Amino acid sequence: MASITLTDIVKKYGDGYPAVNGVSLDIKDGEFVILVGPSGCGKSTLLRMIVGLEDITSGELRIGDEVVNERAPRDRHLAMVFQNYALYPHLTVYENIAFPLRLQKGKYTEEQIKDNVEYAADTLELREHLDRKPANLSGGQRQRVAMGRAIVRDARAFLFDEPLSNLDAKLRGQMRTEIARMQRRLGTTTVYVTHDQTEAMTLGDRVAVLRKGELQQVASPRALYEQPVNLFVAGFIGSPPMNFLPGEVHGDSLRLPFGDVPIPETARGRLDGRELVIVGLRPEHVEDARVLDEDKRAKGATFSAEVDVVEWLGAELYAYIPFETHADVAQKLEELDRDLDGEGMRTQMIVSLGSESRVRDGSSAELWFDPRRLLIFDPESGENLTYDDDAARRIDAETEEDRRAALERAHRDAEKQGNGEASAAGRHRQAS
Amino acid sequence: MGALSGKQKVAWAAITIAVLLYALFPVASIIATSFKLPSDLSSGTFLPTTWSWTNYEEILGPDGSAQELFLSSLRNSIGISLIATAISCVLATLAAYAIARLDFPGRKLILTTALGVSIFPVISIVTPLFNLWRNIGLYDTWAGLIIPYLSLTLPISIWTLTAFFRQIPWELEQAAQVDGATTWQAFRKAIVPLAAPGVFTTALIAFFIAWNDFVYGISLTSTEAARPVPAALAFFSGASQFEDPTGAISAAAVVVTIPVVVLVLLFQRQIVSGLTQGAVKG
Repeated sequence: MASITLTDIVKKYGDGYPAVNGVSLDIKDGEFVILVGPSGCGKSTLLRMIVGLEDITSGELRIGDEVVNERAPRDRHLAMVFQNYALYPHLTVYENIAFPLRLQKGKYTEEQIKDNVEYAADTLELREHLDRKPANLSGGQRQRVAMGRAIVRDARAFLFDEPLSNLDAKLRGQMRTEIARMQRRLGTTTVYVTHDQTEAMTLGDRVAVLRKGELQQVASPRALYEQPVNLFVAGFIGSPPMNFLPGEVHGDSLRLPFGDVPIPETARGRLDGRELVIVGLRPEHVEDARVLDEDKRAKGATFSAEVDVVEWLGAELYAYIPFETHADVAQKLEELDRDLDGEGMRTQMIVSLGSESRVRDGSSAELWFDPRRLLIFDPESGENLTYDDDAARRIDAETEEDRRAALERAHRDAEKQGNGEASAAGRHRQAS
Repeated sequence: MGALSGKQKVAWAAITIAVLLYALFPVASIIATSFKLPSDLSSGTFLPTTWSWTNYEEILGPDGSAQELFLSSLRNSIGISLIATAISCVLATLAAYAIARLDFPGRKLILTTALGVSIFPVISIVTPLFNLWRNIGLYDTWAGLIIPYLSLTLPISIWTLTAFFRQIPWELEQAAQVDGATTWQAFRKAIVPLAAPGVFTTALIAFFIAWNDFVYGISLTSTEAARPVPAALAFFSGASQFEDPTGAISAAAVVVTIPVVVLVLLFQRQIVSGLTQGAVKG
């Protein structure tokens, strides 16, 4: 177990294109950090540089106290789970898991290898599959074997490269909680690459958002959601994605395509001299005005809009509202959409309403939102003008506290059970 | 594929029989001839009038006239083909691995050169090679045949193995390295076991190429010291000057075909799977 420190890491390929550009990241001992971003943002390259499969062009990588830039992968003592699992097809599950132990010649007796493999197999419920070959396993089982191979030895950190992307949706959810549980219990430093923001938000103590090889923001999932530093992060985090509307500044109020609202306090004074801004509104911050009580309704702004399409999902309802965007921000938003792997189809606002809402296709809806929750972005730089540093720091501190508490609890549990490995496995089985 | 209708079945059966007849008739003819008595050779019938082992006794029996010639050439053929196969397998495995995995300048060049060598007509190399071998003392030796055989077997081995190695996911090797293996260990423990079927198939193909060669065999040897079977067949003589050695030649041809057929039958599954797919999926 160790911390991982990245300082100004750069990766340039033969053609001079920087896949990773000046990334600095401090991963604490026992922390679960997610690297997230759209395809081609350099997240996998960064992970492969940490594990040593990719050379580092410049910068410094430390694991614990040692600089490991020039170390071979085997000397870094990390464990990695690959996207396609990379199981050895000619070996049984048992031998696959035992593989890293057998490579350390003379360090383990046959007896110890058996104990370790069986412990890992019990943790991951693979006991009855130990004699089978990977080809005969289901996707989820293969995934667990790959994890077994990672946890069987005392690696200093776990690295995951999109481990769940080959699984179907249901299994992905199960394995996600499984990984979270395992990491908490073992308390091992973990770096996890994904493009799926649900995984990023649920698993990570901290999430690092990358775009075109550059680090945009590193923060706890809640801070990313509530206090994104720029348009990119705001657009990337959240599902359905944040709506971006053109906003014209008129004195103390903002003119949106759907009406005028007062400028939020956090942005006041930072809008001086600007005429046009991009306003971000999360779909889940909009509600159907007709189902709200008077009190709440009075605290926000209401507007009416023509609903184009409605998607009813049981727990909630998505309504799509087309609007005319401002020519000056259209290009910026299109560019952003491309960065986020979008298609840039049409300008529409998505709102997520309660499922009790009676809004239907083609009807006119009266919608409500709280102007204080609006985010305002500079149309040129994309910087978040409502960003509140203190609030972000406070959220991060809270998350950090939660993490420590969870780790301590895990250690206490582990000590309590001390000699009873079997009971840990038993508890594990019950839990899932 | 869906079930075939009656008509289609008949059509397929007819085509199959036609192809089988076309391919197997010469073989059947040689087998039939090998059992004929010398007097029977010009009788004009397809099957021998009396079945006899005379021809086989002649090439294999203790006092057959061609026995010494045939057995020594058989020994040469087996030895030379096996050694050439082994060398070409080892060299091709290492070369193909490097071409498939390592990024070095000249990869394309090696592959193209290999292809170039293999399409070079053998007959045009034989004469200069004959002169060169006589000068440096390789003429009529095993090594003198093994070296040109390598030029035939290496290109195809490198090509098939390169294709095979490319199908093995690179992640396997990387996973092994992360798990604590050296480059060599990763190659030996993760790649070689997976490549084994491909290497095996390639070895069989290489063996057949060396085993079946005639041009080098006849041109670069002069005595029993190195003459392989296909070349030796030409030196068979009848029991007397006026007797045709056709029967003995047929018998020898059958004997040397047997190992090839046996190998193919034994390993046809591996050959097919080795040629059509990689070792790993999913």
